[in-house]
Amino acid sequence: MCCWPSLFLSNSRPILSCCPCPFMAALWTLSLVLSGCLFACLALNPPQLYDLPPSLGSNGSRSGLSVDRPMVLRVFSVDYHHVQAPFEIVLWIMLASLAKLGFHWSGRVPAVVPESCVLIMVGLLVGGVIYGVRHSAPPTLSADAFFLFLLPPIVLDAGYFLPGRLFFENLGTILWYALLGTLWNVLGIGLSLYGVCLLAPSSLGDISLLHCLLFGSLIAAVDPVAVLSVFQEMQVNEQLHILVFGESLLNDAVTVVLYKLFESFLRLPSVTGLDVLLGGCRVVLVGLGGLFVGLFFGLLAALTSRFASRAQVIAPLFVFLYSYLSYLTSEMLHLSGITAIVTCAVTMKQYVEANVSERSNASIQYFLKMWSSVSETLIFIFLGVSTIQDIHMWSWPFVCSTLLLCLVWRATGVLLLTAVVNKLRRNTVTFRDQFIIAYGGLRGAICFSLVFLIDDFPKKRLFITTTIVVILFTVFVQGMTIKPLVELLDVKRKKRALPTVSEEIHSRLIDHLLAGIEDVVGYWGQHYWKDKLQFNKKYLRRFLIGEERQARSSILRVYQELKRREQRGDEEAPPDSNQCTKQIRTSTPAYSRHTLHQDVTTDRTRKPLQRHLSLGERRRYNTITHWPQVLHAVLQVHTSKSGAVSKALPFPPLDGK
Amino acid sequence: MGSSSSNLNTIPNSQELMQETGFSAAHLLRLYERFEFLDKDNKGHLRPEDFEAVQELSTNPIGDIIIGSFFSPGQETVDFPSFVRILAHFRPAEKNRTRDGAQPEPANSSTGKLKFAFQLYDRDRDGKISREELLQVLRAMLEMQVTEEQLESMAERAIQEADLDEDDAISFDEFKKSLEKVNIDHKMSIHFMK
Repeated sequence: MCCWPSLFLSNSRPILSCCPCPFMAALWTLSLVLSGCLFACLALNPPQLYDLPPSLGSNGSRSGLSVDRPMVLRVFSVDYHHVQAPFEIVLWIMLASLAKLGFHWSGRVPAVVPESCVLIMVGLLVGGVIYGVRHSAPPTLSADAFFLFLLPPIVLDAGYFLPGRLFFENLGTILWYALLGTLWNVLGIGLSLYGVCLLAPSSLGDISLLHCLLFGSLIAAVDPVAVLSVFQEMQVNEQLHILVFGESLLNDAVTVVLYKLFESFLRLPSVTGLDVLLGGCRVVLVGLGGLFVGLFFGLLAALTSRFASRAQVIAPLFVFLYSYLSYLTSEMLHLSGITAIVTCAVTMKQYVEANVSERSNASIQYFLKMWSSVSETLIFIFLGVSTIQDIHMWSWPFVCSTLLLCLVWRATGVLLLTAVVNKLRRNTVTFRDQFIIAYGGLRGAICFSLVFLIDDFPKKRLFITTTIVVILFTVFVQGMTIKPLVELLDVKRKKRALPTVSEEIHSRLIDHLLAGIEDVVGYWGQHYWKDKLQFNKKYLRRFLIGEERQARSSILRVYQELKRREQRGDEEAPPDSNQCTKQIRTSTPAYSRHTLHQDVTTDRTRKPLQRHLSLGERRRYNTITHWPQVLHAVLQVHTSKSGAVSKALPFPPLDGK
Repeated sequence: MGSSSSNLNTIPNSQELMQETGFSAAHLLRLYERFEFLDKDNKGHLRPEDFEAVQELSTNPIGDIIIGSFFSPGQETVDFPSFVRILAHFRPAEKNRTRDGAQPEPANSSTGKLKFAFQLYDRDRDGKISREELLQVLRAMLEMQVTEEQLESMAERAIQEADLDEDDAISFDEFKKSLEKVNIDHKMSIHFMK
């Protein structure tokens, strides 16, 4: 049965996964060993180190243990306290990553269970073990750590790889769902829950209306992390994907405002109509404010990248720094951080991509994917761990009605809103799509962190328990069943073919044609605005992109992309769209958004030649006069027969000196 | 718009036009007003110069080609019925059209729209897009962004991809096939002209 030799003969996944015996064993052993270390560290947690008398000073920790011993040279000592914090962090990340690895190696499981579910289960397991060993609650996900460290990389990754054109074409619908839909959900769930509380005054009598509204505001929000992780494995058509995903990103503005609003209302002695009006103004301010902060930092990043040509190695750093700055700034000003970071990423992407070398682009993409992957894994594991709490407060009517109301209000909200928005759209949102939008409204870690931040009041534990139940329900039940449902309902899937140059040419021609016809008719349609913005772009681009790297038409981009693939010789024929989806899924590597597009991994063949030259270039930049010949020599290797030149050079082209 | 409802009678053959193109009375009137607006000297027909007066069209990369498409080969003027017939191509297609073999394909169906786009390339109306015609359009769209060699290799590649019967030119069917993944009705419709 063991197909060990075949592992080397073919590199298709199914064969690898059918007989991974030696690898699996090694992997699991390794992860067990590491988990053991983690538990040992957490369980032992030697208390005597914290009781050291202060007279020994800060550096005394090294010699602290030996203060009672005879004065003999210690050959071997263990000083865990010194490295405790980073050591534990690294162990957690290691555990999370190994769990992820194990998941992808485990045969048929990835096809049935989404990754998020498995990670939560691992977290539950770890939490349970820790609880069993220490008899106290395991470490929980602190809200600060979540909002400041774990959430930004995921949202940045999502924003950077957002399909811009599709997003803006559907922006109206997305905003409609995000703003009105969230408001509908919040008010609906809050008010209905209050009704439920009134009906059961014995157990739930002390929950006020404001508390219910507060709870409604945090539980109604669709979570981008959960949505991303489930939808990416599903491969539905792009329009549906962008609608759900865009909504989950943009509803942050409404959620943040409503949550903070109700929280501040709770602290006020009384609430007047004026306060509500001011609250409405705040929504607008928070959303727009986040937008402008993001725009500002995005343009700054674009400008900086223009001058990054002389230090290509740190160019990717600017992308991360500016995005994170935008997030932190808007959090500082109590604006919507998610909106800021998404806007920043979308703004700077096109300019940075044009200004920065291809290898830096590859680094940016890799790092983004890596960090967001680690963050997401950690979030789900901690969700699992934090579920093991000391005190859970349970109340059947509250929990069950919350679950029911979430589903009901979301379904009715989507139905009503779509009925209105379909009249204004060209591509109607079908009933099947609507069902998936309603069913795909998963809750995740944002709700969880928000519920911990509530000021303490008697029923806070109940809220926490309910939130955990709702999250687990949506992620497990809805997450696992949505894939079979999509297949059952025959929702339109993503088209998986490569673009062709002729298709791109004709599409652009039609775009220009429509813009022209709209001008002739005098109609300010979509194309009119797109063209107007093009002109702005022309000015912006000239300012923000170095002269030698001016923007290329999409036709050129597609053409060069295809040429690049051919030169590497691994051009794959677009799969026949009539193929059974199961076949597609098993013959291509396990798709997750954490595996990059093929391009980025293939610079290997070019490396030796380029690295040598780029090193030399940095030292001798100002004195080389024979660069044109050198360039020519390099380019000869990479030009195709017809003489077209690919623009993918790792070092900056020369200006006239 | 309200006061012009009586002007339907000033448009010659308005009923026939409405039936042929499918425009409603309100739309037809709006188009007539636009026609009169473009026709500055009140000649009753439009010349290329009138189109060039439209500001944004002059900055459109294929502006000349679009203007040219309004005029039948050899003619230098376009009257109102021809104007409307061309614009009828951009109406959104009817969803529940009965497929009656005897009826000619309406202008605003997918095939009609594709035919219009095809004719933008195929200036000499020989039913095929030759390499030279493709190059002309490409040159107009890409202007100064690429060298001549790159243009030629792009055209070469486009023809290679689409040309199935290997006659070094793109016929209408090949053109249609290369755009089969694109939702033509969505892309080539002006929404308000329902």
